[in-house]
Amino acid sequence: MGIKCRSISRGKGSGEVLISNEPLGFLGGVDPTSGEIIEPWHPLKGKNIAGKILVFPNGKGSTVGSYVMLQLAKNGKAPAAIINISAEPIIAVGAIISKIPMVDKPETDIYKILKNGQKVEVDGDKGIIVL
Amino acid sequence: MLTKEQQKMYDGELGEAVQQSMEILVAMGKIYNADKMIPITSAQVSGVSYKTIGDAGLEYLQDLVKKGAKTRIPTFLNPAGMDIEQWKEMKIPEDFAKKQIQILDAYSKMGIMKTCTCAPYFIGIRPKEGEHIAWAESSAVAFANSVLGARTNREGGPSALAAAICGVTPNYGLHLNENRVATVIVNVQCKLGDIADFGALGFAIGKLAKRKYPAFTGIKSATEEQLKVLGASMAASGSVPLFFVENITPEYNVAEDAEEISFTEFQLNNSKKELDSKEKPQLVTIGCPHASLEEIREVANMVEARKPTCEFWVCTSRKLKEEADRIGYSKIIEEAGGRVVADTCMVVCPLERMGYNVTGTNSGKAAKYLPSLCKQRVAFGKLEDILYR
Repeated sequence: MGIKCRSISRGKGSGEVLISNEPLGFLGGVDPTSGEIIEPWHPLKGKNIAGKILVFPNGKGSTVGSYVMLQLAKNGKAPAAIINISAEPIIAVGAIISKIPMVDKPETDIYKILKNGQKVEVDGDKGIIVL
Repeated sequence: MLTKEQQKMYDGELGEAVQQSMEILVAMGKIYNADKMIPITSAQVSGVSYKTIGDAGLEYLQDLVKKGAKTRIPTFLNPAGMDIEQWKEMKIPEDFAKKQIQILDAYSKMGIMKTCTCAPYFIGIRPKEGEHIAWAESSAVAFANSVLGARTNREGGPSALAAAICGVTPNYGLHLNENRVATVIVNVQCKLGDIADFGALGFAIGKLAKRKYPAFTGIKSATEEQLKVLGASMAASGSVPLFFVENITPEYNVAEDAEEISFTEFQLNNSKKELDSKEKPQLVTIGCPHASLEEIREVANMVEARKPTCEFWVCTSRKLKEEADRIGYSKIIEEAGGRVVADTCMVVCPLERMGYNVTGTNSGKAAKYLPSLCKQRVAFGKLEDILYR
């Protein structure tokens, strides 16, 4: 089964789903050396995004967040793919320069379908989440 | 959405840097529902100070250089974190300077001019009315759109750089005439004197307007320096990329159902009070955005007549500093205990690491950012006030 989305950053990535209902900012939100979410009060604080299919509604915070995503990729701690509800430039740019596959605007409510730890593939070329 | 040539760029036929840049532009186009890419005549790139982009940004730029990135159109830089020539005299830490130079080298290798100014319009970079550009510095965006009538969205550092490398930008937002409409009318009912008044007005209205575009009535005259500070302050306290002033700006388009508010002397005074800690500054910084030659002249005249009671900097572009050196303004300023600082400003240099705690300004933008970005308490007011407190 596949969920149709819009393609934002090309490439394919698969892994376990890590879901946040809250927006995520990478500068000060994620440790670029470990991939751990460090933003105080964030529901995913303490979780590691490395190799995960990271699901969150949209980015927030500083535009330098795009560069932090590139640092994560260079350190081998980037997520395997990103799924946003509605992409904004910080995360989109970060995904593209870091070669992280990314889609947004899934046609169904993924918060009802995807569960933490579930294995899925994101196809950023075709814009599909393969369950 | 893409022409044949643009598709080639997207497919990587013109190299990896162009491909990545076109991918960024296509993604931006999708996010904002652009119908096509449009050619631009210039780009202005932000994300220059090591203080703002850090090691992550430096690595990104060096990556792009390795991929062979080159700009296709005239491209200019925002201020850096230090004066490239007098950073030692400015007491900039050496580790900071080393990284800053690496950042500037990376931009230079891509063919970007090291103008290092937030006010390119004061050094002859003045796009014409209706011209499409991709500028990133928020105050320069406000000036270009509002005072010059050019067309630009408020770009981020990477999207402006991508536009510079591809020579195009997605057609959305302020590139489209139908979006260049004010939805809040600000009826100014008080007299505005110097730059600090325009800064206080901008700071107050930016907070109210947030993302709306304001149209001002009741401003009888305004210099470019005053409009510069008005726009910069609104862009900082809100995120206003376009404003109109009746009978002054080239465009004045107001929505039929625009909300109307008034701005009185009471509000002006409140805004000034809110920005001013009332303390005596250790350092007064003039030129946010970068000072014009006229502003440098005014400061020189003022401090020649009466020596200020604190250190002071006049921040400007390299080009205008050279002008000021030649005319003799810089010497007058130095003899009065000041310094004409080029390539940088009080907000993007590491003031917090240079022993200052209280900084004076007449700009609503600097007053907004000095506490958060430089850990400073702010003395806000007109120059005669803050220089001699």
